[in-house]
Amino acid sequence: MNVIKSLTQNKVAMVGFGILFMFVVIALFGPYLYDGSPWRMVQRPFLPPFQNSNYILGTDTLGRDVLAGLIYGARISLLVGLVSTTIALLIGIPLGAYAGYYGGWVDEVLMRFTEIFQTVPSFALAVVLVAIFEPSVYSITGAIAIVSWPPVARLVRGEFLSLRSQEYVLAAKLNGQTNRNIIMREILPNSLSPIIVLASLMVASAILLESSLSFLGLGDPEIMSWGYMIGAAKTVIRQAWWLSFIPGIAIAITVLSLNLLGEGLNEALNPKLSGKRES
Amino acid sequence: MSVQTLLYIGGRLVKGAAVLLVIAIFNFFLIRMAPGDPAQVLAGEAGATDAIFLQQLREQFGLDQPLYYQLWIYVSNLMQFDMGITYRQQMPVFDLIMDRMPATLLLTGAAFLLSLLLGILAGVVAAAKHRKWADSAITVAALIFYATPLFWLAMMAALFFSVYLEWLPSFGMQTVGQDLTGWQKVTDIALHLILPASTLGLFFTAVYARMMRTSMIETSRLDFVKTAKAKGMKPSRVTTHHILRNALLPVVTLAGLQAGQLIGGAVLTETVFAWPGIGRLMFEALFQRDYNLLLGVFFVSSAMVVIFNLITDVIYCVVDPRIELSK
Repeated sequence: MNVIKSLTQNKVAMVGFGILFMFVVIALFGPYLYDGSPWRMVQRPFLPPFQNSNYILGTDTLGRDVLAGLIYGARISLLVGLVSTTIALLIGIPLGAYAGYYGGWVDEVLMRFTEIFQTVPSFALAVVLVAIFEPSVYSITGAIAIVSWPPVARLVRGEFLSLRSQEYVLAAKLNGQTNRNIIMREILPNSLSPIIVLASLMVASAILLESSLSFLGLGDPEIMSWGYMIGAAKTVIRQAWWLSFIPGIAIAITVLSLNLLGEGLNEALNPKLSGKRES
Repeated sequence: MSVQTLLYIGGRLVKGAAVLLVIAIFNFFLIRMAPGDPAQVLAGEAGATDAIFLQQLREQFGLDQPLYYQLWIYVSNLMQFDMGITYRQQMPVFDLIMDRMPATLLLTGAAFLLSLLLGILAGVVAAAKHRKWADSAITVAALIFYATPLFWLAMMAALFFSVYLEWLPSFGMQTVGQDLTGWQKVTDIALHLILPASTLGLFFTAVYARMMRTSMIETSRLDFVKTAKAKGMKPSRVTTHHILRNALLPVVTLAGLQAGQLIGGAVLTETVFAWPGIGRLMFEALFQRDYNLLLGVFFVSSAMVVIFNLITDVIYCVVDPRIELSK
């Protein structure tokens, strides 16, 4: 429980955690607590924020409630961020584990494969995938997962490479444990901490990617998202700057809180590596 | 250059070519997954093309032949820089992309240099003032820019510097309707370049600053630095001559590897600033649902990354012979 203790003592990480927690609550319960659809026209268009107490953040180009858009946008951002990261982990961990554990030609083949994905400009690949498979929550989540697994595979491979010759692994081998067992029960639990840190940062970059895609018009047409709101307000930025300003702040705060939490986790889980303890 | 060096470069060339071949095959299958029949996708227009043109395309790309044969035709066409024609612009896809290439190279090149210089500078200052306010300020700024969506930052920069202050142009690459020549033209382009290049560069500045800071702090703990200090060397000289030189290499290496991300960022920056490069072309292709053009841009931008990585590899190999031996 040292980890939790050191994490709760880290003020910056707790600020990150607090903000993130708030967004999670908004995403989960917001639509039930706040009465309003992000699509319905409720007021005159271009209503500036803080003028009408019913629609505190004003309305967009079509007279839709901006606050409702933000609340529903929190949902899709966090959902896509979490699910795509989970899928990326499910691709990257086994690939990296096999490559690092078996080494030799298995490693060679898997790492060449990973390298191709690392060479390709990832945002361009995500754009192409979403465009070809038609924009939807599924294609967006899938595309983000496909462009974000390579760092996981590389990290896990490195961990497995350095852990596979440790004594407890050799002991497990002598015991006659199956390779599968050794990978799952012996090595993987010991390499979890860097994976957790990486995962929290991946959720952050997945949220940025999702917003960039919907900004370009590649969002799910059925779902209100922060990136879409900014993209839709792009042409009216001279008349109504707040329409693009507000959702951008929401994205930046969410991503920032995840990064802060990730750094805190890093310090709590790998106190030696983070280098902040000494000096 | 030694035989070893040449062999190494040769190996890298083969590897780069292999990556491009895989991407070409990948593109081939993606065209078949795009909505609509492949001939229409290749024509770049779903539904609205004339039958004769489609028939020509079918013959040119052998769409009535078996799949492996189609793949062969597609890949060999690609190797000869033939990516078909965009119907709307009535222009070969490859020529269209090459038309837009200089603008993107200018933008990404400027952003890369800017972010590398600024990032290294900020990282060095932060490390030198470790745990003082300058360090905290730089760390916080880096964290914030790291979390800000690039396209949003670009829009806010345009709003502030162009709409509000009216200092800088935020649309296109040159002033429309003025046929400038010589230095006037250069200045005009440079003025247009400032906003896109600095917003594209800021995110990467944040990345490099954080890396440089860590690298400086780690290097400053090594034994040879202690020796230099113990010899009574001036602290500033230790920083520039001992720590900086050694901390630089890992950062520059990672920066070189990450340069491909700049292309992705260019799609967003060029869209916001109407910068006439291949990123903007990608956005136009999306908008017109021209999948063939889209995949063409994707292929060429991947090729750019492969070439860039190749160049950095070769430079390293010449500059630091240890790298070659360690591989």
